[in-house]
Amino acid sequence: MNNLTRRHVLMIGGSAFVAAAVGVKPAFAANDHQEIINKFTGGKAAKEGRVSLELPQIAENGNTVPISVSVESPMTKDDYVKRVLVVADANPRSGVATFNFTPASGVAEVSTRMRLAGTQNVIAVAEMSDGNFYMLKQQVKVTVGGCGG
Amino acid sequence: MASAKPRVKVPKNAKKGDVIEIKTLISHKMESGQRKDRKTGKKVPRQIINKFTATFDGETVFSMDIEPAISANPYIKFHMKAEKPGEFEFTWVDDNGEKYSTKKKLAVN
Repeated sequence: MNNLTRRHVLMIGGSAFVAAAVGVKPAFAANDHQEIINKFTGGKAAKEGRVSLELPQIAENGNTVPISVSVESPMTKDDYVKRVLVVADANPRSGVATFNFTPASGVAEVSTRMRLAGTQNVIAVAEMSDGNFYMLKQQVKVTVGGCGG
Repeated sequence: MASAKPRVKVPKNAKKGDVIEIKTLISHKMESGQRKDRKTGKKVPRQIINKFTATFDGETVFSMDIEPAISANPYIKFHMKAEKPGEFEFTWVDDNGEKYSTKKKLAVN
């Protein structure tokens, strides 16, 4: 009986350890960015190419990090960039912005400023009018994070 | 925060077919909802501009869905292909449903 109890304890301990290991996500995938990307693409795979990101390699102030996104496209009525999603993979909330273009935009190019809580990847996903998706991921090193109180 | 002041830079004239650059800036604190009040330790509720739209003669040229990760006093630079003279209207909407807007004319020759 004594032996069985010991085995039981070990079993419980073992399964608890496994559960903990499964439950803890790795630090670099802390937020829901993949979910948001999947929602945006409707589960379709995004190809590489067409998208360019202009970001500082090192951002001293995470409160205001300049970002420019551009997507190669003729921007005609039959062939244009519909939307571009930008997410950050280690912010408390992954969403940054969605840019909605029209053929009247002329070029699919936009600049803004964003907050980054720390060093992480910024991901841009573009939806073209033909239903294809393109993406690009780029890392930004952040000296002072932009989400403190 | 009805004091938010929109500022827009658009060229007055453009040649037909030119792609012009439009720069916008609006003063807004963009409270992210993540920040804690130092005295009470409670999270300060989110209050951001969540949507920006640019129209030209009533037709949407560009719009942006904005998340709390956009910096305070949001700056947006984008483009439009000038095809005809007309009027821009730029609109920002915040979490309280408050609307800020401004208009600019464009001559095309």
